Amino acid sequence: MLGGSPITMPGTDRSAVRRRGRLASLRHGSRGEAILFLLLVGPNLLLFGLFTYWPMIYSGYLSLVRWDLVSPTKTWVGLDNYQYLATNSGFREIMMNTLVFTLGGVGGSLLLGLGIALLLNQPLRGRDGARAVVFAPTLLSGAAISIVWVYMFDPRFGLIAKMLSTFDIRSPVWLNDPNWAMPAVIIVYIWKNLGFAAVIYLAGLQGIPKDLYEAAKVDGAGVFERFRSVTVPMLSPINFFLVVTSILNTFQAFDIISVMTEGGPVNSTSTLIYYVYREGFVNFNVGRASAASLVLFVIMLVITLAQLRYSERRVHYA
Amino acid sequence: MRSPFRRGTLGIVASAPVSRTAAGSSTGSSAGSGFGLSLARFAGYAAILLLVVAVATPLLWMVTGAFKTSREIRTLPTVWWPSALQWNSFGDIRASIVNFTEAWQAAPFGRFYINSLIITIGGMILELVNAVLTAYALAFLRFPRKNLIFVLILAALMVPSQVTIIPTYVLLGRTFPDVFGIPSWINTYQGMIVPGAATAFGTFLLRQAFLGLPRDVFDAAKVDGCGHLRLLWDIVIPMAKPVMVTFALISMVAKWNDYLWPLIITNETAMRPLTVGITYLFDAEGNTNYGVVMAATIFVIAPLLAVFIWAQRYIIEGMTAGATKG
Repeated sequence: MLGGSPITMPGTDRSAVRRRGRLASLRHGSRGEAILFLLLVGPNLLLFGLFTYWPMIYSGYLSLVRWDLVSPTKTWVGLDNYQYLATNSGFREIMMNTLVFTLGGVGGSLLLGLGIALLLNQPLRGRDGARAVVFAPTLLSGAAISIVWVYMFDPRFGLIAKMLSTFDIRSPVWLNDPNWAMPAVIIVYIWKNLGFAAVIYLAGLQGIPKDLYEAAKVDGAGVFERFRSVTVPMLSPINFFLVVTSILNTFQAFDIISVMTEGGPVNSTSTLIYYVYREGFVNFNVGRASAASLVLFVIMLVITLAQLRYSERRVHYA
Repeated sequence: MRSPFRRGTLGIVASAPVSRTAAGSSTGSSAGSGFGLSLARFAGYAAILLLVVAVATPLLWMVTGAFKTSREIRTLPTVWWPSALQWNSFGDIRASIVNFTEAWQAAPFGRFYINSLIITIGGMILELVNAVLTAYALAFLRFPRKNLIFVLILAALMVPSQVTIIPTYVLLGRTFPDVFGIPSWINTYQGMIVPGAATAFGTFLLRQAFLGLPRDVFDAAKVDGCGHLRLLWDIVIPMAKPVMVTFALISMVAKWNDYLWPLIITNETAMRPLTVGITYLFDAEGNTNYGVVMAATIFVIAPLLAVFIWAQRYIIEGMTAGATKG
């Protein structure tokens, strides 16, 4: 049915149109084209409407009610859920945890990623293999590798405890210690994500024209100077892209925290996304969870829009 | 924005002697001081080796752990290499893989594999088909306000699925049966697959690729009276194959690793994919039986590692292209 619809394209010569079908007047043809367009785009649009846009609107409504997910009635509470989040000290702690996790995860993975990219940008044999190894954790299941890391961090049988003991250092109880659990999940996040940063930085480094370095060298710039005056500014768009995507990525990091700590001990690793899950599906505070998920959405939206603005500006002067 | 970044990179340079290597090797042709050059090279290779070992260590710990007996995991001094992997013990294959057989029996891993495969392959195909059709329409068909539709699709990128889990769950579990009279999608494959079948990233990626194809081929095909579906199937898809493979791989990885949504939408063991199933095994066996748990972890990770080893160039280059051109 689709293939049979008479279709004309802009710029097609008339004789071809006439050859194609007796019915094909230009008007009729463009209507057929519009129908085909809708048929092709339809499924994607329908799915987005049903599973992205409608849920967004609906969660706006849910954030204004009190509901336990099973009872037939929802109680309208106005802005109570938001007021609760704004005044509750527990939620402030959640936001603080999110901030610490984001700063640690983004900072750590980008700094190490850049260092690795600088290393792998050297003309050394085996660097492609090294790039693949470093990148591999990015693709592995967060749930599965979190279990591996629980074993790594085990204070009695774990590799880290065993390595510390060779220096006569007693291992902290990591995941059961409110002070060490957050560093532990940040370490895992960094390990899993530094490969992505490294690969992107590496692509950026390889895109810097060689003659810029040559020119800087002619001007008498040393290694350090060249890095500061050529590499850093030339990498800045890529760096900005990585900062933004990594921040969004840490906001969505659920599996590491869920598997390794379940937000504990005493909420010390509970971030915003984990809070949304726990309030919604464990404590059945659907209204509160929806309000928190919209807080998460607004933060991410602001960051995304900032990126869009920035990259638009970049296009103009590039 | 700029200053924290700069501080960070200085730190890296100060701690890594590596960037010196670059200078050394690029000036090397005239320098002739072979010693300095090879020393820098040596430092570079040492750094690469250190890097690879550091990143791979948790995975090695996982693999060796999966072959250790529980006594080998517990005893001091540390057993680094399991006896099951010593060359003279390979004869007794049952003793070596006992953790794997035990893990396989501790939870219905056969079922988990089937579920993961259905979700991954089904989800990937739907995403790919959606991306191809939408991208073709956006790239080659005329429609009033076409760009508005493109923006509508791209805007969905700003709504991460994590934000919509609660209303989507309510939609599938409550609104479907209560309002539309459709049986609930909780605990079903369609419930796991369909909400993730729309794609903004794929649409964007493929549209860019389609627009980059040489125009004159299409004009020639159109003059020959080639319809749009023929054009798509015979010309556009073959020419854009590398991008499509890249997108399919990225989509596949994401579906295989997906954890939060299947965790929420399933409540029967038999419907769980590997990622969720393994965490329940872990809760049951916990830190008392690491050998078995590590073996189970390998069940989840091994297929993806195999895909990655086979297609790493596609995956890495695809992800880099998305970032550096975006």
